Parts: sequence; C-alpha cells; structure tokens
Amino acid sequence: MARQSIHIVGASLAGLRAAEALRRANFAGPITLIGDEPHMPYDRPPLSKQVLAGDWDVDRIQLTKPDRLVDLNLKFRLGERATGFDLESRTLTTTDGAEVVDGLLVATGARCRTLPGSDAIGGVHVLRGLDDVLALKADLDAGPSRVVVVGAGFIGAEVAATCRGRGHAVTLVEALPTPLGRVLGDEMGQVCADIHIENGVDLRTSVGVESIEIDDTGRCAAVLLSDGSRVEADVVVVGIGVVPNTEWLESSGLTIDNGVVCDETCLAAPGVVAAGDVARWPNRRFDEVMRVEHWDNAIEQGVHAARRLLVDEDAGEVADAFVPVPWFWSDQYDRKIQLAGRVRPDDDLVIVTGSLEEKRFAALYGRGDRLVGVLGFNRPRHVMQYKTMIQDGVSFAEAIAAKI
Amino acid sequence: MKIVVDFDLCESNAICMQIAPDVFEVRDDDFLYILNESPAEDDRGRMEEAVQRCPKQAISIED
Repeated sequence: MARQSIHIVGASLAGLRAAEALRRANFAGPITLIGDEPHMPYDRPPLSKQVLAGDWDVDRIQLTKPDRLVDLNLKFRLGERATGFDLESRTLTTTDGAEVVDGLLVATGARCRTLPGSDAIGGVHVLRGLDDVLALKADLDAGPSRVVVVGAGFIGAEVAATCRGRGHAVTLVEALPTPLGRVLGDEMGQVCADIHIENGVDLRTSVGVESIEIDDTGRCAAVLLSDGSRVEADVVVVGIGVVPNTEWLESSGLTIDNGVVCDETCLAAPGVVAAGDVARWPNRRFDEVMRVEHWDNAIEQGVHAARRLLVDEDAGEVADAFVPVPWFWSDQYDRKIQLAGRVRPDDDLVIVTGSLEEKRFAALYGRGDRLVGVLGFNRPRHVMQYKTMIQDGVSFAEAIAAKI
Repeated sequence: MKIVVDFDLCESNAICMQIAPDVFEVRDDDFLYILNESPAEDDRGRMEEAVQRCPKQAISIED
C-alpha cells in the first residue's frame, strides 16, 4: 500500500536527508521530524574542529536554509523525545503524547559512552552535540592548565588536535597500544601516534583511567591512570565511543541488538526503516552485518531508507539492497585522514603511493585476494579512486598494480 | 544549471569526484577542478547528491 504519511524520529543528518529524499521522490504526504534537541538540524563534524577552535559561529553549521525549508514543507517537532513505539498498533509515544503512525523512519543516532561516576564532575565533557561543544569551549576559554583527552579514537584525536591548535597543553590517554590500532592496525596506528607527538601532545598508550580526582568545588583536578601516574587537568574530554539510542524501542516488537536490526534493504519491519548510527543491517558487499557511525553513511543510508519506505510491494515494486562502501574523513592538525571500505587490523597492508616518512600516502587493505579498504593521509584523490575500485570488485593484486 | 564551488570552503575531500568524475576532479596538487560548470539538466540528481555529500557544504547549484 502506498504511504500516506511519514514520521521521522531523529532530526539530525540522517533524518533530514531522508526527508529531503522523500520529497525528491515526489512523496506529497505529511512528513514529521521529531528531535530531542531544541536545535534545527546542524552539521556535527565542525563541532570538534572549527566550532571548538572558535573559528566558526554556530550559525555556520546549520543544515537547512530557510527558503529551502519552505519548499520541503516538513513539520519539525523539536525538544520532543520519542519514548516508545508499538509495532502492532503502530503507536508512537513521545514526551508530548501518543499517536498512530503510518511510515516510520528511525534515525535516533547514538550517544557518547561516559566514564562511570564521572557524569557529575565539573570540567568533564563528552562531545556529540552543539550543547556539548559550547560547554567544552566555555571551559577551554577559561584557560585551563592542561586538558586530558580520554580515548584516541577519531573524536578524541580531533579534540586533542584542536586543543593544541588553541595552545592548550594536552595529554591524550589511550587504552590500546596505538591510537586507532583496533581499526587501522598498529602500523598505521603508530603513524597516528607520531602525528600527535610531533604536535606536542603528551600521548599515553596502553593505559586506562582509574579515576578522576576532584577538588573541593566538585571540579576535576587530576586524572589517575592505571599505570599509577597522575595527570593534573582542569578539563577532561571523554571520547570512548558511542551507544545507539534504542532504549525507546526495547519493547516495540522490533529486533534490537546493538542497533535497530534491519534487512539488507534497511527495512526493520513492514513500514519501518532505520538509518544512520542507530541502524544495523547486513551489507552484502562485505558479507558483514554492520552499524556505521560515519557522517557520509547518515546521508547515504538516510536517502536509501527513505526510498525503501516508498517501495510499494503490493504493486510489485522491488526494494534494493543497501551495499555502500563506508567512507569517512578526519582532520587532525594539517593531516586529512580518509578511510574507505571495511578494514580489520589483521588485513594485509600495502603502501601504494607516497611514504610514511612524509605522512602523505595511500595504503590498501587486502583480505585474501579482495581489496577491502584504502587509507589516505592527505591523498584524497587516491582514496576516492581506490574506493571506486572497492565498489567495482577489483582484486587486491589488480589494485596494487593499478597506475593511478 | 551551473555548478559553483566555494573554494574557501573546499578541502578536496573528493567525494564529489567519486559521484561525478566527469564534472569534478581532484588532482595531485590536492586542488579541486571543475571540468564541466554547466552539466545537462537531466544530470541534476547526481549534482544534488554531490552537493549533499560534500563534507564542507562547498558545492551549490545555481539554476
């Protein structure tokens, strides 16, 4: 049956791009976006970089232009949080009430993990949303003597880089032997480590956080590490990953397992799709059930899920599988790091252009005879050309031999 | 349809090049070059995708 109306829960990147895709596909019925933040959709990547650095005002990160919004004719319900859904009766419950919905697109994203017991300590931050970055920036503007960043993943690394750019002393704490080693492998992780060290970061690896010491005003004073060391800090930023926002769907009748479980077309149940950080689906291209937390995936999957919702199976229409090559970038210091594909630390690794010494290179990841990924440091052109090869199913050997 | 790139914003992420290599090219100097400033009207879907997926929101379409 053709869709009459669509509710999108989550008014950030995936939700907004989905809404736009619905209109592009000539869906003329009502579209409602429900978002728990009070803000209109904004772009998150600049938060840890330009906004935190103080280079950009927050109005520069708006994802919607007022004139464009009029054309789209979307109903935004902001500052309203979804609290439940019942698949059988199709009842959506929010902090503002309950209603029966027709098409539902779940794009509630993820939230930051926190260090147990640290939530109420002054000066301890996570970075996910606009309010987070404004609070962190206010603390940085006060001129801390040292910032400790816990977790050298992409957010932690970018925050460390931005804080160095602002002139703060930074200690970066990572539980694993190298930053990003779990994703990129230790050889590439060491390149990331070197970049931090060259830029004056006090990098501590293979070490965890035992506790945060507070002063008599309830603010953090120091971070105690598992190797017994103590690092004085008036600001702590915790970047230890995210968890998908699925609690509101626990008793919905949908399958929840580290995300909203979908089929390979992004369908979670009849008339229910999911997209972005919250969605978990089997990506046939990599023979892997995945949940992808990247900016680009929020767009691509938002668009795909929106189109999926409009597929009218009663009319014999067939839905496409969602088979992207995941891709992301991270800007740290003067390096643009990009990764395309789906890599594991034990994949084979070959540098195909540039060198580790100059920290400007492209490296290919292979598994058996398959090309599964490409990592670039300041090599955007190469990353995109190899990404296309991954998409085209080019073998590892062919990719290594290719002259590009 | 005219493709406009704000080169102050562009950081050569090259995602546009993957979507439309006949229109956008990032060269070895890491700069983006526009190969075709006026793609045909029936190419609008692909151009809109390039606009949306530019991480720096540096691409726009002037009608």
